[in-house]
Amino acid sequence: MLRNSRTERLVALVLVAPFLAIYLLAFVYPTVQMFRISFTDAPLIGAGRWVGLDNYLRLDNDPMFRRAVWNTAYFVLMTVVPGTLIALLIALGVSRLKGRFQAIVLALFFLPYILPVSVVYLIWDWTLNFQFGIAMHVLDWLGISRVPVFKSRVWFLPAVAGVTIWWTAGFSILLFLAGLRSISAEIYEAAALDNSTRWTTFRRITWPLLWPITSLVLTIQLILQLKIFDQVYLFSIGGRPNDNMVLVYYVFQKAFQQNQGGRAAAVAVTLFVLVVVVSVLQFQLLRFAERRRR
Amino acid sequence: MNAMAAQRWNFWGGIITALTLVWAILWAFPLYWGVISSLKPDDEVVRPYIELWPETPTLENYIAALTTTQIGTWYINSVAVAVGVTVITIFISMLCGYAISQLRFPGRIALWWLILASFMVPISALIINHFVLVANLGLLNSWAGIMLPQLIHPVIIIVYKQFFDQVPKDFREAAVMDNASEFGILFKVYMPMNWGVTTALSIVCFIWTWNAFLWPFLSVTRTEMMTITVGITQVNDAFGVYYARQLSAAVLAGLPVALAYLFFQRRVTEAITLSAGIKG
Repeated sequence: MLRNSRTERLVALVLVAPFLAIYLLAFVYPTVQMFRISFTDAPLIGAGRWVGLDNYLRLDNDPMFRRAVWNTAYFVLMTVVPGTLIALLIALGVSRLKGRFQAIVLALFFLPYILPVSVVYLIWDWTLNFQFGIAMHVLDWLGISRVPVFKSRVWFLPAVAGVTIWWTAGFSILLFLAGLRSISAEIYEAAALDNSTRWTTFRRITWPLLWPITSLVLTIQLILQLKIFDQVYLFSIGGRPNDNMVLVYYVFQKAFQQNQGGRAAAVAVTLFVLVVVVSVLQFQLLRFAERRRR
Repeated sequence: MNAMAAQRWNFWGGIITALTLVWAILWAFPLYWGVISSLKPDDEVVRPYIELWPETPTLENYIAALTTTQIGTWYINSVAVAVGVTVITIFISMLCGYAISQLRFPGRIALWWLILASFMVPISALIINHFVLVANLGLLNSWAGIMLPQLIHPVIIIVYKQFFDQVPKDFREAAVMDNASEFGILFKVYMPMNWGVTTALSIVCFIWTWNAFLWPFLSVTRTEMMTITVGITQVNDAFGVYYARQLSAAVLAGLPVALAYLFFQRRVTEAITLSAGIKG
């Protein structure tokens, strides 16, 4: 096949130009700048002096940074594995249903995922409202004393984790359903002929065949939850943001509330590196899963 | 023996189906509760017992939300930003995905790595420098400023590239034989084949942008420039303890995306699984 390579190059340039312009401006440039100002004492807007690794060394004995790391880890612990397991259970239940009925039940589980975080916040803030929330009526009825969930140091992160699982499970459920659909019915029929119990079928067939999807869901969840900010910020309104400090919140506080761009950038770089490491891992997993399918 | 096993199987199957159904109803209950509460008059909302249906359903909370806040303006901002981001993102991603998949040119591999790199990077770590950039461009408190950092959706390019990769080379070669121009090939041969994917990706891109919180929250300080997702959380004080009004504002903010999902359920789920790197 003859190709006119000069025209081809020219066309390629024209096609790629808009993408390149936007990515250089809104992705490459800010990334380079983030690394650069993390070595300076710059305020949010404006130039700063070069301070070398000072911003990073300070993080080592910064109690608020430690709390942010610890809370983020705690939050990840409460959301990633539990959320994935809950989504798997739901997907297993939904995958048994057929046709319209399945579509409706799936929609009930999936709807929260499609909503903006601020709507999720307002709904749960209301549901768990200390004075009038329906959840508190349920607690009264069970004879348990009421808890001011989002004002409590102990309950804040677990509650936000619960809301987050509720909010994001829909996405994982979809991936699990796609995975379950790709397991052929013949394998299950063979298992049924062998009088295999439900549990054995799950343990010997479904779980191993689903593992590539499970690991994908786990890493996507991990990346997502490391970046937690919106829910923590919103539920902290009128509460105690410093107790609930997480990494992105700390970047926000340092940069936008304390006007310390350089020190905030050092925190941002830390998060950046953390997520990139996990993402590279995820990318390898995807390639691995892809190769296995062929 | 076999028949008994089959019967036991069905019995437990029925139990699991019933449990799934109950769970689904409980799962969606907070949504129902939010909507129902928004339809109750003020005195009913705060009654100390559970009422699953409003005694006197009313729209007064919606009227109050619409007249005492700038919710109409926020709606316009949200629509403008979401449509703008969707159109630009789909356009640049399709062109770029096509070039990388079908054309040979120097720098192609480097470009692909740039896309994969941006896929692995947490955009929320860039907030400081996005803010500096947008401030320096004089775009804070503007639609363009809210849009700019949200145009980075590498996953859409990746999906397009994978899609163009699957088109048999014969299509292109036949078109080249016919002396069709490169742009002709893209728009007349490849585009029509990708209509389904383009619709699906557009819908989810719209939903993602509509739902975005962090960046619109940072880049806008003037109430009249807020998107609706930010607006409804920043005016709590205006409502005081009018829970029902807050909830009616929430319902209004969630309605467009919920409807988009319910209308295009199959497309939305397709695009979301595609964007996770799974081919359905």
